[in-house]
Amino acid sequence: MSKTFFIDLTKCTACRGCQVACKQWKKLPAEKTENWGSHQNPKDLSGVTLKLVRFNEVEEDGKMQWLFFPEQCRHCIDPPCLDAMTVPGSIMHDQETGAVVYTDLTMKEKDKEAFRDSCPYDIPRINAETGAVVKCDMCIDRVKIGLLPACVKTCPTGAMNFGDRDDMLTLANERLVKAQKKFPNAELIDADDVRVVYLVQTDADSYYQFLSADASSIQKGPLSRKQFLAKLGSPIKRMSS
Amino acid sequence: MTNHWIDIKNSDCILIMGSNAAENHPISFKWVTRAQENGATVIHVDPRFTRTSAKADMYAGIRSGADIAVLGGMIKYILEKDLIFKEYVVNYTNASFIVGDDYKFDDGVFAGYDPKTKSYDKSQWAFAMDADGNPQKDATLQDPKCVYQMLKKHYDRYNMDEVSSISGMGKADLVKLYETYAATGKSDKAGTIMYAMGWTQHTVGVQNIRSMAMIQLLLGNIGIAGGGVNALRGESNVQGSTDHCLLYHILPGYLKTPLASQPTLAAYDKKYTPVSNDPKSANWWSNYPKYSASLIKSMWMDEDPKTAYNYLPKLENHKAMDYSWLTLFDKMDDGQFKGFFAWGMNPACSGANANKNRRAMGKLDWLVNVNIFPNETASFWEGPDMDPSKIKTEVFFLPCAVSIEKEGSITNSGRWMQWRYKGPDAPNGLKPDGDLLYELMHEIQELYKKEGGAYPDPITKLSWDGIATNGVFDAHKTAKLINGFFTKDIEVKGKKFKKGDQVPSFAYLQADGSTCSGNWLYSNSYTAKGNMAARRSLAQTEEQANIGLFPNFSWCWPVNRRILYNRASVDLKGNPYNPKKAVIKWTGPKTKWQGDVPDGGWAPDARYAFIMRKHGFGQLYGPGRADGPLPEYYEPLECPVKSHPFSGTLHNPTALSYDNEEKAVCDPRYPLVGTTYRVTEHWQTGVMTRNQEWLTEMEPQVFVEMSPELAELRGINNGDKVTVDSLRGSIWAKAIITKRLKPFAIQGVTVHQIGLPWHFGWTWPKNGGDSANILTPSVGDPNTGIPETKAFMVNVRKA
Repeated sequence: MSKTFFIDLTKCTACRGCQVACKQWKKLPAEKTENWGSHQNPKDLSGVTLKLVRFNEVEEDGKMQWLFFPEQCRHCIDPPCLDAMTVPGSIMHDQETGAVVYTDLTMKEKDKEAFRDSCPYDIPRINAETGAVVKCDMCIDRVKIGLLPACVKTCPTGAMNFGDRDDMLTLANERLVKAQKKFPNAELIDADDVRVVYLVQTDADSYYQFLSADASSIQKGPLSRKQFLAKLGSPIKRMSS
Repeated sequence: MTNHWIDIKNSDCILIMGSNAAENHPISFKWVTRAQENGATVIHVDPRFTRTSAKADMYAGIRSGADIAVLGGMIKYILEKDLIFKEYVVNYTNASFIVGDDYKFDDGVFAGYDPKTKSYDKSQWAFAMDADGNPQKDATLQDPKCVYQMLKKHYDRYNMDEVSSISGMGKADLVKLYETYAATGKSDKAGTIMYAMGWTQHTVGVQNIRSMAMIQLLLGNIGIAGGGVNALRGESNVQGSTDHCLLYHILPGYLKTPLASQPTLAAYDKKYTPVSNDPKSANWWSNYPKYSASLIKSMWMDEDPKTAYNYLPKLENHKAMDYSWLTLFDKMDDGQFKGFFAWGMNPACSGANANKNRRAMGKLDWLVNVNIFPNETASFWEGPDMDPSKIKTEVFFLPCAVSIEKEGSITNSGRWMQWRYKGPDAPNGLKPDGDLLYELMHEIQELYKKEGGAYPDPITKLSWDGIATNGVFDAHKTAKLINGFFTKDIEVKGKKFKKGDQVPSFAYLQADGSTCSGNWLYSNSYTAKGNMAARRSLAQTEEQANIGLFPNFSWCWPVNRRILYNRASVDLKGNPYNPKKAVIKWTGPKTKWQGDVPDGGWAPDARYAFIMRKHGFGQLYGPGRADGPLPEYYEPLECPVKSHPFSGTLHNPTALSYDNEEKAVCDPRYPLVGTTYRVTEHWQTGVMTRNQEWLTEMEPQVFVEMSPELAELRGINNGDKVTVDSLRGSIWAKAIITKRLKPFAIQGVTVHQIGLPWHFGWTWPKNGGDSANILTPSVGDPNTGIPETKAFMVNVRKA
């Protein structure tokens, strides 16, 4: 049975346990950071930061929302990044779990930026030390032996969930119905196309421009490859909004 | 906590005030979230919009230190609109008690105040007694001198306009807060409070909490599932350390530290053993002599407790002003200490007025710091503005094992004593604190035996091997001693016990030395059945499962009772007020109580519900505190106003403060209200977390949060390095400019608030910044001595 994350952002407290758990399990080093006027740190994903909680403040009609977005690879059902692969085996699309796993063969790729360019969610990064293209691998080593991904395991509130895809989609739809009572604009993002389904309480762009793959509304001009893919990938969103 | 973590899920309305639970107690939000899923309303009241506010159903801003105005206003609202749970209030609280004629309240000052000593003669607050020596009562609550009417009168001044103008909370928010929370006064509704240092660290800290406890009593929220007064403790074992007496005024189990004026055990016991003439009052503290004798016996096993009482150190009084933390450093600064053990702590960063503490440590002959990492206390002599060549203090640093490298128990906020097994060995043969303490005292004993001394008996006769086996600290032996055992063959309550048998519970402790117990509250934790704290069974009855009670998982004081005061959750016949979330239920004389361990096994109405109180009632009127029987509004000792609307007394007249230290009151040099707090990513002074790179990656530097309005006034941009100044000192910080902070309208004037975390210190990480406690004042609560680090005055400027 293929796997899926369901991440309920209405329950995320930005404790960042997931961000640390990811580094701990993967033995990734800390970056040298400074406070840049935000609690979000590091500022962005990187070759050693594969999971990042983004913070954004939105105030409408005097009502403050502090939105938290634990960002990671979405493990697309039909991963556009496969098209960026030129070295066979640099990306493994695991049939059992659906995990999209980048291997060390990515070091041999000539156009490493193509991975990031191909991604409708702007996820892949290059590890400066090894030259590998990196991102979340669903903790496939854990999942294959029946453990939860490290980030899910550490979540205290039930925001992060992981399991068989059908179960997760059922849970996501149940939670959506409940969430909409409090947040009328709540919706599931790109649920049909990805294995990391976010439930948002307000429009996705308020969290982060790449939370949703649908970038068409914020860019003008001819469609880029990213936007084209994004458009393909968001029927659910259009139906529910 | 009167309740426990899981129980939060049972609540219908969770007020989080004086706490940023989502950030500082992340796991608590598992249960807060569960409650929300079940339809609960979560309200966050705080000077800042935090990660807690982000998840709350309602957020309301409040100027730091104005809590009693808001809570006093809530008491007025509840009483005026008659939203009290009347049956509960009449049967279980002292609302009906008649206050004596000496009680007076005039312009912010209660009867009995002595300006010279800045303290009260509390005898003037006593109840009027009847011929039997019990408090006079009026169950109709009509007598103008009854507590209920006194409350009405006292809080009549706390009207919505005045509360709003002094607290900065808008009137619409006040009404919504009051309306929503007061709705839990129904018998089938539960409201709970989650608070932490945002309430305690004030010169009115104790009265902040008293105010809320009173609201909980008025609404019938104490003793029930999803209710209670819940202190979220800061350290995983801070509840345990409090229970076992880390503070100057208490011995283990909240027994009083003896005074020099109590020359004998009999005199000591007499002073602290309350007497009630009402047969329906369980007056549990009447057992005091059993607990004191058993404690003394646990320390001096070969002595009669009457003799060994002399070995206990005696204080002159219990005044925080004379003995608590702030005064300890004040006296150290005055050269009155020679040596100092800073054990598992980092006062160079953790104590208010940190520069004073650092200076004070330079006046010692020696300082021993026991810690897991080097820190600002061990290295104080090479810190900022220090000249090592001029510091005489000899410093010893003893590294020790970390919590996971040793076996033992911790007691969490919910009073659960949880046994923890040892994980890995400590590196390099480092020892646990228990071993270090054992060896230290053993050495001192040997020295006294060899060399004598002024009064060697307390030390030479100490039964120090009570906590060790073959000269090595033994956690199990210590836990057994804390539970207590019989010191001779004896029959108690019809049961025969042999010398050395573990005491089944504190009900078996004796006052004659035939039992020992290192802490009566923990009696029942390590019995003939074994180590109860190590239990991990999830077995529970249906009733227990219904409210998330796990009586076979770990152990909880007292006697595994998970919800304190639970006799108040049922009516006088023993029927639960809220059958859907019953805590206990009377099922008849044979089967008795079901559910939680009841607060005493007597039949319903055989005893009053609040068994720890002398008269058996929850104290709306509490004549025992240092600063008054009813909470009253006072400004923090540093504040942005010259007056407040409720009286002409600006500050708590009993507050702990040093006259020679200036305070900023309406001082144009320090116009901003400052507060300190914590972040999820760091722990206390950061000694553990600042050495953990994944955490410093997320919160690398001290920051100061401020509103865009203030930033514009000061010409500060987001991310700028700025300087924060107070009368005590200055630190730099990175500016986080955020709409999550709003200027307050206080008495028609705009008052800005800023806040910063206190986790940082100059040693590490480089460019991390220094402790925010350099800014905080040496002033504190008169009951506890806790410093007022949550409200003080500062300025901010571009660095």
